Formats: sequence, structure tokens, C-alpha cells
Amino acid sequence: MALSKMDNLYRQVILDHSAHPHHHGELSDSTNEIELKNPTCGDVLQLDVKVENDTIKDIAFSGYGCTISQASASMMTDAVMNKDTKTAEDMIEAFSDMILGEKSDTDILEDAAVLKGVSQFPARIKCATLAWKALHKALNKD
Amino acid sequence: MDNKNNQWRQDFPILDQKVNDENLVYLDNAATTQKPQTVIDDLVNFYQNDNANVHRGVHTLAERSTEQFETAREKIQKFINAEHSDEIIYTKGTTDALNIIARSYGAENIVAGDEIVISYLEHHSNLIPWQQLAIQKHAVLKYIELDDDGFVDLADAKKKITDKTKIVSIAHVSNVLGVINPVKEIAQIAHSHGAVMVVDGAQSVPHMPVDVQDLDCDFLAFSGHKMLGPTGIGILYGKEKLLNAMPPVDFGGEMINFVHLYETSWNDLPWKFEAGTPNIAGAIVLGYAVDYLSKIGMQNIFDYENELVDYVLPKLLNIEGLTVYGPQDPAKHTSVISFNLDGLHPHDLATGLDMEGVAVRAGHHCAQPLMTYLGISATARASFYFYNTKEDADILVNSIVATKEFFKNGTV
Repeated sequence: MALSKMDNLYRQVILDHSAHPHHHGELSDSTNEIELKNPTCGDVLQLDVKVENDTIKDIAFSGYGCTISQASASMMTDAVMNKDTKTAEDMIEAFSDMILGEKSDTDILEDAAVLKGVSQFPARIKCATLAWKALHKALNKD
Repeated sequence: MDNKNNQWRQDFPILDQKVNDENLVYLDNAATTQKPQTVIDDLVNFYQNDNANVHRGVHTLAERSTEQFETAREKIQKFINAEHSDEIIYTKGTTDALNIIARSYGAENIVAGDEIVISYLEHHSNLIPWQQLAIQKHAVLKYIELDDDGFVDLADAKKKITDKTKIVSIAHVSNVLGVINPVKEIAQIAHSHGAVMVVDGAQSVPHMPVDVQDLDCDFLAFSGHKMLGPTGIGILYGKEKLLNAMPPVDFGGEMINFVHLYETSWNDLPWKFEAGTPNIAGAIVLGYAVDYLSKIGMQNIFDYENELVDYVLPKLLNIEGLTVYGPQDPAKHTSVISFNLDGLHPHDLATGLDMEGVAVRAGHHCAQPLMTYLGISATARASFYFYNTKEDADILVNSIVATKEFFKNGTV
């Protein structure tokens, strides 16, 4: 049955993150915020980040999206919490390379490395990268 | 009807392939249709034997090319029962055709305070050109409400269309809700107030008989690629009287009568609107696609698709947790069917179906205001054509159920 191939995409840890996302909600004391839309489906991701001394002290996301985009956002928020912004940027790059099927240091991505399977589903790359693009934009927003 | 008994299916070799190790079930026909081998051969044949520019050369190939180009126009004229062949303008597609109406008729006839009336179910091609025209001209853009089944509501149309209305533009068939809108009745209302009626036929012309004189629409726009033809070719139909009075929007070769240093006179219809070298092969091959469709008969296509809807819609409605948008009565629903599974994003559903070989679209279908109106962000959409079968419908239904199970139980 061809649906079994979906296991490569929807690993149990991804389904868990999507069903019970971490850091879901809004921050009242954020320093950087961004709203990003996935134009293909109309999904919306609102990301609030609190940066102090170049370190991500707190982070939260809200909005709506598919299993992949929600799980990716949940894993991303876990992974970058308490990291300095330079490390976070490195992680964003590593994640992007991984999803595009390029050589990448996936060790630094923690749980999010499990999204590697998305690279075999080109139609879903935009879903997986939305949260990471949002973080990059939020951190570089004046 | 199963795949073997569908007499047309064998004409479409692309359908006979495996996708993700499963037999392909192509149900994304509202986005674009597949092409029969004869039409593909016609395209190759044109480039192999007859290719030349149109209306310019005096040599034999130019003559052949021009003759086929104009013959195709006449086929298309007959196909939609236009009165004159010069009412058929070749465009890039539906979007281009609607933009030409907005930039030419709209620019000429709309002034501040005028009203342009559309509906909540319009896709972006029949929304943004009017929205932008309204912004530029300080006109008022009004939206007709939908009734409970998702049809453009006639009672509300009577309220929204007034003596200030100059343009009414409505989709004949919704690319999301699958409804056939009462465009003939809306045209009567528009005309009683002196407004022109534009019909977006992108989803109707490929699937049912469309007669512009019977509808009494002033303009009709549709695309070739949604009716077996190539991409990048479409049609703008307009009543001769209106088109004659309209200024051209693109300037360049072929659309001129005589060019002086500081002024130019325009060519006659339809060439006035066909600046530059057109999509010659596209137009000619669209003519052959029209031949193919005419041979089957548009009423037969419409009846056959209704039979498919009668078969599949009740089965879809039977799936627990599945919401179908638009009418729930098969008699009111065309072969475009949008749906969502409770708790599952349409992208996840579409990926599951893709793994089973079933191609559907998932997203907002270029109809974001309609999604907002329905209170959703996206849907999955299965859209059938005459080469689809009840077997395809069964695979769709079974694949939806399997995908639902997959997400309910974690992994398979």
C-alpha cells in the first residue's frame, strides 16, 4: 500500500508535535514579531520572539497550518530556545539545506532533523520551511 | 463505468501511468486538463510541416498557417455560438481576457462613483482586475452574496445591481463550489440597468454547452488548457458593437491599419486586440481540441459528468468527518467537488491521496475571499472530466478513507 510511504514524511514525532505543539500562543513581551503567509494555501504563521543580549529568551507561534508546518514550527521553537541569534541563523541555514536535500549539519537541529523526509516531498517544502523563514525575518527585522 | 469501458480514456496516454507505484487517477481537471494524443499530434504536425507567422507573409507556409489560424477562430465561434468570427479574440487565457476587458472597456467607460458588481465566489482572475479598476477609477466594487447552496443569489443580485452599475462579472461555474450560476438571469438584470455582463467561462465552456447568444452576455472569457488545448491560449468573446468601440490595450505589430510618425490607425476586429506574434500553434490546436469536444458533444460530456457526480457525491458525503462545500444535492453540483476532513489540513490529505496515485488540488484555489466567506483557509478539490470513471471515483473515496485512518492511528 502506497500510503506506507507517508511514514517517511509523517514520523510519529512529527504527528505528536503537530497534535500538541510546543510554545504555541503569543508573547506579551516580545521584541520581534512577524506574520508570514504561505501563499499556496493561505496558511498564516504569527511568530513572537523575545531577544535579549543577542539570545532568544522566549518564543511562541500561533496561526493555522498543516501537520508539517505546525510540527516544524513546534520543533523550531524548541530548538532555538535560549540559543544566541548567530546559532539560530546557523540552524535556519542548516534546516533549509536539509529540506532542499543538500549537505547539511543536521545534528544542531535537534528534533527538527526528523523533518529531513520532507525533502522527498517537494510539494511540501514550503510548509516545512515557513516557520524557519519567519524566524529569519523576525530576527532581521529593524 | 470503469476505465476499460470509457471509450475516450485511451485517447489520453498520460493517464496510463503509475504515480508513487499506484495507477494514476487524475482529478485536477479544474486546474488543467490532459490532452488527447490527436491534439498532441496536431501540435507536432503544425511545427513539423506548416510553421510560419500569420497575416504577414505571402509565401505558402504563411498562407497555410494563416488559414489554419483563422479556421480555428471560426470553429471556436461556432462552439460558443457567437454571431461573428471577429468577436473571437485570441488571448493568453481567461485571466488575460478579463484583464483586457477591464483595461479597455473598463478604462473607457468607468468613472468615479460608478459600480462594478461581482460575487463572493469569484476566483482571483475575475476579482483583482475589477478591484484594481475600481481603485484606479474611484469606482465602487460590490459583492453579490451566495445562497445556502453556494449559488450566486439572484435576490441579492437584484439589490446590488443598480442604475449606477456599469459592469457585472460573474463566474458561470465556480471552481470551488461546483455551482452553475444563473448568469442568463443576472445578464437580464444587468441589462435592465444599462450595465454590461461579463461571464467567466473558465469552468463552464469545457464542460457544458455554452451559447453566448442565448446567455446574452456581452463578454465571455475562457482558457484553452482547461478544455484539452495547450496552455497560453484563451478566448475573449465580445459583442461586435462593444469590441468595435473599445480601444486596443496592447500596441505593436499586426494590430495596426496604418502607422504615421505621430499617429496610428487601428486594424479591424479581431486583430485590433492581437498585437505581436500570437500563440499561433496554440490557437490552431485549440481549434482541434474544439473538434474533439464537438465530436463527443458538449451535452454528452455534461450528462456523463453529472452521472459521475451522482455516483461519487453521496459516497463522499457518507465519509464521517468529511465536509463537502457547495450543494449537497448531486443534481445541483458539477464535477468540481471541494471538501475537507475534520482535523486534517487539506495539504496533508492531498499528500495522502498523492501517495495513492490520486492527483487533487489543495489550497485556496485562487479564491481567497471565498475561503474567508466560508470561514476556512483552504480545501482539497477533486475535479472530474469526461475521461474519468466511476473506478476513479471509487479510488478517490477509498484513498480519502485510508488517509483518514492513517492520521487517526498515527502510522500505517
